[in-house]
Amino acid sequence: MAQISVDIERGPDEPASPHQGRHPNTCPVCSSHYRDDELVAALRVCRQCGHHFRLPARERIAQLVDAGSFQEAAADLRNADPLAFVDRKPYTERLTEAELATGLGDAMLVGTASVGGRPCALAVMDFFFMGGSMGSVVGEKFCVAADLAVARGVPLVAVASSGGARMQENVLALMQMAKTVMAVDQVRAARLPFISICSDPTTGGVIASFAALGDVMIAEPGALMSFAGPRVVQQTTGETLPTDFGRAESQLRLGHVDLVVPRAELTAALGRLLQLFAPSTDEPTADAPAPVPPPAGPMGWLRRLFGGAGG
Amino acid sequence: MVRLTEEVHRLRRRFQERGEESDVWEVVQNARHRDRPYTLDYAERLFTDYVELHGDRVGGDDPALVAGIATYHRRCVVFLGHQKGRDLTERTHRNFGMARPEGYRKAIRAIELADRLGLPILTFIDTPGAYPGVGAEQGGQAGVIARSILALARADVPVVCAVIGEGGSGGALAIAVGDRVLMQENAIYSVISPEGCAAILWKDAGQAKKAAFAFRPIARACLDLGVIDAIVPEPPAGAHRDHDRAARLLDDAIRGALAEVEAEPAASRRSRRRAKFRAMGVWGMAEPDAAPAIT
Ligand SMILES: [Zn+2]
Repeated sequence: MAQISVDIERGPDEPASPHQGRHPNTCPVCSSHYRDDELVAALRVCRQCGHHFRLPARERIAQLVDAGSFQEAAADLRNADPLAFVDRKPYTERLTEAELATGLGDAMLVGTASVGGRPCALAVMDFFFMGGSMGSVVGEKFCVAADLAVARGVPLVAVASSGGARMQENVLALMQMAKTVMAVDQVRAARLPFISICSDPTTGGVIASFAALGDVMIAEPGALMSFAGPRVVQQTTGETLPTDFGRAESQLRLGHVDLVVPRAELTAALGRLLQLFAPSTDEPTADAPAPVPPPAGPMGWLRRLFGGAGG
Repeated sequence: MVRLTEEVHRLRRRFQERGEESDVWEVVQNARHRDRPYTLDYAERLFTDYVELHGDRVGGDDPALVAGIATYHRRCVVFLGHQKGRDLTERTHRNFGMARPEGYRKAIRAIELADRLGLPILTFIDTPGAYPGVGAEQGGQAGVIARSILALARADVPVVCAVIGEGGSGGALAIAVGDRVLMQENAIYSVISPEGCAAILWKDAGQAKKAAFAFRPIARACLDLGVIDAIVPEPPAGAHRDHDRAARLLDDAIRGALAEVEAEPAASRRSRRRAKFRAMGVWGMAEPDAAPAIT
C-alpha cells in the first residue's frame, strides 16, 4: 500500500503520450481534425464539440492580455539540474529538447500586463515544456510574479497548466509548493487579489499549492484539477471513478472553483474581475476601453459576470 | 548555454559521485520498516504529558493524522504528525498513514490554536502521501494541503518539523514547513514514491531501486540541497531496533532546534521562514548571446 504515487500521473516528458497516438490537432472527443492556423484562429477550441485543446503559454498571453502590454520578467532563468539526474535520458537533455520544442526557458512565463486596461502581474504555465511540471525555475518565476504584484500594487493572475511537481528535481521541486504558497501569502499580506485560472490539466503539486489559493478560482471547461490523477486513484483504491472525476464542472459543483469560463469568454471575465477589484478612485489608462457601468438591478454585475443568466 | 555558479557546479559534482544503489535502497526500507517508531511512539517518550485532540469540526476525524497539546521540557506545545499502525487492524484504521482532507483540516485547526495561544508547534512527518481516494479528492485534498502549508507559513510561533519515516510528496509537505526541518538518518523525503517515479520515468514500477538511486530521497541529499537543516542520528541499524534510544536522540535534536528558534526575534520569524523557503531551488542563467530567440 505504500507503493502509491500522488504526483504527476500523465507522462509529461513524453510528447506522444498526452495525445495517445492521435495527431495533436485532432480533437480527442469528436475526432475533428484542424490545420494549425484554423485551431489558432479558434483559440484552440474545437468548433464541433467545444473541446479545449491545450494552449502554449505565448498563445495564452496573446489571447488574454491587451495587445503589446506583456512585459516579460526573469526570462533568463534556466534549470541547473542540481541532482545530475539521469533516468532513461539525462535531465539536461530533456531540458534542451523542451527548450528547442517550445522556445521557452522553462514551463512558466511571468511578467506584467494589462487586461481591459487594468494592470496585473501575470504567471502563465506551458504544458508543452515537460508537462508544465514545477521545478526550481517555475517556483522562482512565480515568486517574481508575486513580487511584481506587490511592488506595483496590482492583482496577481496565474494561468496553470501542469501535471505537478518535476520529479527530476525531487525534493527541490516539492519545496516549490511551499515557496509558491508563501508568495501567495505575500500578495495576501499586501491586500491584493489573486486570480487563479486552471486549464487542463492542473494537477499534483501545482493544484496543491498556489493554484488552489486563488481568491477567485476560474477553470476552463473540462480541465482536470485533481491532486492525484484518475489512474492513480483507480489503481490505488479500486474505486469506480465518476466520469467527470476531478474535472472543472464537478469541482464547481463541489465548491472548489467559483467559475467555469469558456476560453472565448475568459478575457472578458478576467477584465471584469480586475475592474471590480480596482480601487474606486482608479480610472483605467487612457487608451483602454472605458469601463461599462453595471447593468441596472440588484444583480447587475453578477448577471454580467455570469453571462446574463437570471435576467 | 546555461551559466551556473561555482556552488551549483560543486553540488552537481557531489551528486555525480553516486555511491551504491543498495545503500540508498536500504534507507528506503528502513524508513518503511513496520517496527519503526511512529508519531505517537515519540509522543509517549518525548512529552511529560499530552492530550490528543480529535476532529476537524466539519464532519470527521482522521486517524492518519494526529494532533494534540503536550508538555515538552516544561513548556506547553502543540504537536501534529502522521500516524501509521503496526498490526493489520491498526494499519487499516490509520489508513497506512495516508491522510484525508479531514486530517489536514485538523492540522490547520491545531496550527491556528498554537498561533493564537503563542505555543510552539512540533510536527512529525511519516506518510507515503496524501490518500488518493475519490472521496478525498472530492473533499478538496489539493486545497487543504495548500491551506495547511499556508497556515504553517503564517504562524508567528516557532515551528520545528521532523521527518521520522516517509516524507511522501505534498501530503508530507503539508505539515513540514518550519523554522527548522530535521530528518532522521533513515528517513526519506521525496516528491513522489520511488515506485511512482519508476512507473513514470522508467515505465516500470519494478525499477524503484533505480529511481530511488537517481532521485536521492535520503537525508544527506536533502541537507546538501538546503531542504533540511540537520540530520538526526539513529541507534545503530536503525530506529526500529531501539525506540527509547531513537526517541532520546530525536529529543536532543528537537530540543536544540526549538531553543535556537525561540532565541530568534519573534517579530521577524515569519519573514525569516519565508526567506528560508524562498532560497530553496537551484537555477542558472541563460548566456545572453545563446538564449533562444523568443518572440
Ligand atoms: Zn471536438
